Amino acid sequence: MSEAPSSEPRPPQPASVMVPPGPEAVPLVPELLISDLLRYGVLISLSLVTLGTTVTFFRHPDYLVSSEALERLTAPHPVPHGLADVVAGAMAARGQSFVMAGLLVMMAVPVMRVALSLLIFRQQKDRLYVAITTVVLTLLLVSFLVGAAEG
Amino acid sequence: MTPFLFTFVVLGFSVGAGLLGSLLGIGGGLILIPVLTLLLKVDIHYAVGASIVSVIATSSGAAAAYVRERMANLRVAMFLELATTAGALTGAFLSGRVGGRGVYLVFGAVMACSALVMLRRMNSTQVAPVPEDALADRLGLHGSYWDESTGREVGYRVTRPLAGLGLMYVAGTVSGMLGIGSGALKVPAMDLTMRLPLKVSTATSNFMIGVTAAASAGVYFARGHIDPFIAGPVCVGVTLGAWLGSRHLMAKVNASWLRALFVCLLLWVALEMLRKGWTS
Repeated sequence: MSEAPSSEPRPPQPASVMVPPGPEAVPLVPELLISDLLRYGVLISLSLVTLGTTVTFFRHPDYLVSSEALERLTAPHPVPHGLADVVAGAMAARGQSFVMAGLLVMMAVPVMRVALSLLIFRQQKDRLYVAITTVVLTLLLVSFLVGAAEG
Repeated sequence: MTPFLFTFVVLGFSVGAGLLGSLLGIGGGLILIPVLTLLLKVDIHYAVGASIVSVIATSSGAAAAYVRERMANLRVAMFLELATTAGALTGAFLSGRVGGRGVYLVFGAVMACSALVMLRRMNSTQVAPVPEDALADRLGLHGSYWDESTGREVGYRVTRPLAGLGLMYVAGTVSGMLGIGSGALKVPAMDLTMRLPLKVSTATSNFMIGVTAAASAGVYFARGHIDPFIAGPVCVGVTLGAWLGSRHLMAKVNASWLRALFVCLLLWVALEMLRKGWTS
């Protein structure tokens, strides 16, 4: 895609590079760690969603021909909305439960990103940002609890 | 239309919404909700539920690239997320208590205002000096980014962090109430109030939206409004579109052109919201 990858200008790396102990010390750049977390989290989520959708169409061949099924699917109807329901469905190889599991992974990605940031700030001994990040993480977890209490 | 075809139609619209959303720093939910409800006759609750997950997908997908390029300011993002998550919680509480009409009217008015402010700034070419701010220094918010078009590192200073925090609280509340990413409110708050460069504002907004949306997604999931049949293809399509946008278009798009597009979109959404508030 790019014609000259070698001459591509590289932004300078940030000063805050952490080197973990060990013989094969690879420098850990916070930006790269966070970027990888986001990237792989999304990839796992989308794989589950795609797998689930494929399974659904294999198990319901009528979805390929019948337009009646669509009305049933887009009208209000109960959706699994407890963690236990989703896990049970995935165990029974129900396609839509795989999709739901993928969506839950997607929802968990930002929470994990904040948790990772907390570890990074702690390693950098940045106490002000450790405090800020802890509050953000607490608020996020509270919001999930509020949702659960309401549901 | 069969469910099979429906899945692909939803997927197609979602790719388009994700592409546009990533260029403008919004989640694409504003584009998707009307398409899903008006065109495809999806129940509004499921449309909003699908939108909120797609908002996380857009944010995470595009942010992965922005963070790698160090375009997003991670410290500004974390500091402001204090307000957006608190706001999202407030919004989730309020959504059951305030009537839809008032929400739409306030929302439309806020958006119209920010569009007009951006429009005014677009005409003035000279850049005013950024005022000194002790708190911004203390928080270490200043940063720099790599400008592809000029080929050099551009430094910038940040100001008025508390005003930014206040605006982010409002943005978070709107996000929690309406199930959108509300990047349309976050970008002007950083761009105009805190004086971050537009590209950095857009990237940082994208990065923050995921956390704000996650705070409200929990509530929508518990209410059973996240339907895998609709949210699944939306999620995949929007991520694909956002990836294409941030990967292949962001660096090539001119900032003033981006701003003009953004202002047009803001005005359109504002009118849509006001109309909906007026007629409902």
